[in-house]
Amino acid sequence: MDIFQTLANHFVVSVWPPYIVGVGIGILCWLAFLLSNHPIGVSTAFAKSAGMIEEAVRGPEVRKKPYYQENPPTIDWGWMLVAGLFLGAYTAAWLSGDINWKWVPQMWEDTFGPSILLRLSAALFGGICVGFGARWGSGCTSGHGISGTLQLVLTSWIAVFCFFAGGVAVAFIMYRVI
Amino acid sequence: MLKTLHNRTRIQYFLGLAIGFFFGFLLQKGGVCHYDIIMQQLLLQDFTVVKIISTAIITGMVGVYAMRDAGWVCLHKKSGSLGATIPGPLIFGIGFAILGYCPGTSVGAVGHGALDALIGGVIGIMAGAGLYAALYPRLKERVLPFGSFGDKTLIDLVQARNPWFVIIPVAVFIAVFLGVLEIVGL
Repeated sequence: MDIFQTLANHFVVSVWPPYIVGVGIGILCWLAFLLSNHPIGVSTAFAKSAGMIEEAVRGPEVRKKPYYQENPPTIDWGWMLVAGLFLGAYTAAWLSGDINWKWVPQMWEDTFGPSILLRLSAALFGGICVGFGARWGSGCTSGHGISGTLQLVLTSWIAVFCFFAGGVAVAFIMYRVI
Repeated sequence: MLKTLHNRTRIQYFLGLAIGFFFGFLLQKGGVCHYDIIMQQLLLQDFTVVKIISTAIITGMVGVYAMRDAGWVCLHKKSGSLGATIPGPLIFGIGFAILGYCPGTSVGAVGHGALDALIGGVIGIMAGAGLYAALYPRLKERVLPFGSFGDKTLIDLVQARNPWFVIIPVAVFIAVFLGVLEIVGL
């Protein structure tokens, strides 16, 4: 709880109770199903962006890749959702005066030191695993973790279990063993 | 169902942006776009992430199934298999701990100035997704279809005659779990 309290001291108005936030996200899921006939999911937009960047660099033959034939790299509802996510997160932080440009998170620095290069290398490697794993398992903490589990889909419950099993194991190795 | 609205492309782009805006706003206000909060969750010391996800599941589940019973919405279930749903999410989990953000919260973290979430998160996740697109043909034939369990729900699994025989116990179970977390002070 220490970290949460430290954060709360710094960002008194910026943290809302988790149950309020959770109910809010649940209601957004209703609206997404009702108004847009879409579940909320984030990682597909990353695959589409990767395809769009690859297409800009290497030309239209990128679209012939089997993955991009099944998942065309274009801006769609899910991509707009992620653009909105950034704007909303930025607005929330801006409203409470919480925007701090920072390369290395505090907890990382306390254990692994202030090296920006070390943090960025690790983050990049971790990010590649996240992107790769999310597409392999067709979803992330939003698509499986919230939208899939709330529909009681077996795949999503198994995926969430694996997200946290892998995450908890590696977090303990990083912060308890090393 | 609101079919006319679903087919209005421009309005749908706007709705995606608007729903995303509030989603990002809530993630930031919940504090879960912070590396420290996410890592404290993975170290089982701070349960903010689990509390938010669990409450969202209960709320979302009851509402979505009620609207489905009313004929207002249809479900969007993802299929899975042993070859897709075990290795992919495990790799995701490993990366989740090393990066300290998931795809949505990495985008949200950039919103409060976390530059490791921009370089490692946003760029890394795109690179990883691109890498997957390159390797997809090799996984598609044998690995992904292995041990398929389709798009079964827990309701199908227990062959419940009425979906609410599963929805209500799941909601109660999650609520009790949250209550226990509060009682033990996590």
